[in-house]
Amino acid sequence: MRNLKVPEMITDEKLIELYKQMWQIRFFEEKVDEFFAKGMIHGTTHLAVGQEASAAGACAVLEDRDKITSTHRGHGHCIAKGAEVNGMMAELFGRTTGYCKGKGGSMHIADVEKGNLGANGIVGGGIPLAVGAALTSKMKEEDYVVLCFFGDGASNEGSFHEAVNLASIWDLPVVFICENNQYGMSGPVKEMLNMENIADRAGAYGIPGNVVDGNDIIAVMNSVDEAVKHARGGNGPTLIEAKTYRWKGHSKSDAKKYRTREEEKEWRAKDPIIRLRDQLMEEAIFTQEDAEKLREEAKKEIEASVEFAKQSPEPTLDTLMEDVYA
Amino acid sequence: MRELTYLEAVREAMSQEMRENNDIFILGEDIGVYGGAFGVTRGMIEEFGPERIRNTPISESGITGAAVGSALTGMRPILELQFSDFITIAMDQLVNQAAKLRYMYGGKAQVPMVLRTPAGSGTGAAAQHSQSLEAWVAHVPGLKVIQPSTAYDVKGLLKAAIEDDNPVIFYEHKLLYKTKGEVPEESYSIPLGKADVKREGKDVTIVATAIMVHKALEAAENLMEEGIDVEVVDPRTLVPLDLDTIVDSVKKTSRLVVVHEAVKRGGYGGEIASAVAESEAFDYLDAPVKRLGGKEIPIPYNPDLEKATVPQVEDIIQAVKETLNKKIG
Ligand SMILES: Cc1ncc(C[n+]2csc(CCOP(=O)(O)OP(=O)(O)O)c2C)c(N)n1
Ligand SMILES: [Mg+2]
Repeated sequence: MRNLKVPEMITDEKLIELYKQMWQIRFFEEKVDEFFAKGMIHGTTHLAVGQEASAAGACAVLEDRDKITSTHRGHGHCIAKGAEVNGMMAELFGRTTGYCKGKGGSMHIADVEKGNLGANGIVGGGIPLAVGAALTSKMKEEDYVVLCFFGDGASNEGSFHEAVNLASIWDLPVVFICENNQYGMSGPVKEMLNMENIADRAGAYGIPGNVVDGNDIIAVMNSVDEAVKHARGGNGPTLIEAKTYRWKGHSKSDAKKYRTREEEKEWRAKDPIIRLRDQLMEEAIFTQEDAEKLREEAKKEIEASVEFAKQSPEPTLDTLMEDVYA
Repeated sequence: MRELTYLEAVREAMSQEMRENNDIFILGEDIGVYGGAFGVTRGMIEEFGPERIRNTPISESGITGAAVGSALTGMRPILELQFSDFITIAMDQLVNQAAKLRYMYGGKAQVPMVLRTPAGSGTGAAAQHSQSLEAWVAHVPGLKVIQPSTAYDVKGLLKAAIEDDNPVIFYEHKLLYKTKGEVPEESYSIPLGKADVKREGKDVTIVATAIMVHKALEAAENLMEEGIDVEVVDPRTLVPLDLDTIVDSVKKTSRLVVVHEAVKRGGYGGEIASAVAESEAFDYLDAPVKRLGGKEIPIPYNPDLEKATVPQVEDIIQAVKETLNKKIG
């Protein structure tokens, strides 16, 4: 076909859809950012602007039955795994139509039906859960793979090391994908671990480790596809490190004193969405006008989700004690 | 007198102690240029440098153990955990190590460390960032547990905690960080195990902790308009607990309401209520003891639900009135 080498299930239509999906993620995050700045949303949030390619690319190669575990910076993962933006926005507004009926908020959105086992407020908290879900897949022969998202910071939690080792000795179908956005809350990767690549930690557990450019959706898809096949074939887990960058502050208030404006500018120049757009135009998969139209559509969908959220009812106090026990 | 916020008082206590004693250092996540998750250590790395304001990886178990080990061998660490919910990850190092080493070693060792950590709900941070788990650690012999409620108290209690030769869990309530109060510039310490009567009254005793001290005081103001005179006792330290002050107050008022934000079931209020029941104050009680605590649910995100989860001023007023209307025997 063309110069773009993509996994076999990725059609042109899928590439176009992914382009739009990345804009959905970005517009969703920007809306949320705006609402927090205006004090319209309660609590805190962690935005994935700049990291759209790792979420969209990794989930693109999954089957519907596959599962993911996510993080506090999870809106992008959620959209990429097929969630409805209406239910996500409504959750941020604390409404009954939200994914968690207004009880979870930004850090806890889960879409269990679509295989998203949830965002997580505990750094590293989702990693052992992914391993457990993969154990179910193996024991019940359900043939699904679990894609486990986590950050560079999380790779310093004991939970990461214990979980990866378990997945390795039990040959579980997990793909660990570390989105290395260069910082924890403020702690730079360069100071928080003494090695160049987090993927090299795979060697300590006897599993393959790969580094990919996390701002290149094509590279992410190829790498995750290979790891998913490896896992589905019964060969156990892989650790992928997607190098990327978060454009915004860590959470809603962050003076970003721990990094330079030059560094931010350098990474903004590596915008993953523009990169895919240029590739698709070069391959004549779409035109600039198509691209513009898709971007507008994505924007409108996010705006519609805001309307949906605002018109949704607030939970009543009689729901307070519901859902503590099964 | 000069006013400081609760947050500034915490910072001032640490800075003053660190200037006096080089063995004191702080370790924690993002405590350097970022200034900590709530900004408590802001500016400290500039004064004390990265050796003593030690920015750590996100490794709660490891950094807690490192604090314990360094305390065991002559340092006096102050460990900051970003949210008290994450104490669950540090629990083995606290409960099986820090709390027991001295006793197990026949008194031949000590672990002089302070674990500071923000607790409580009210910020919309939901179930994994809003808990009040102080009863967990209060249950463990060998740990001391402090819950300061004012800027004045937090400064004096933190100095005492740093000077103490035992592991101390020091809870800072997030909603109190911005509250202001008069705080002396010089360093001073408030002894651990000394309750404070925050308001004198004769009709009902409210024992309240942390943020609930303020809610109890507000309730007391409202009740005064109806001629009900409430005494508010702030234990300040759960371990050691100043039972004498509480017992004396109950002997005076004959009625007791205990209120905390933590989930009521298994909460520390049960300990206070039963200690009073076992004491000489029992004979003075004119009504059953009333306990108020958080509902038995994880903290929800929606602001109205979140509020309804923990006791509010109105609930305290209600509880006081119920206590006044009930009689024993
Ligand atoms: C156990 C635990 N420790 C600390 C925190 C506070 N915290 C939230 S996000 C974060 C940084 C996480 O860094 P990383 O894993 O790299 O993810 P990123 O935020 O960069 O996406 C920290 C320290 C937490 N939520 N849970
Ligand atoms: Mg990171």
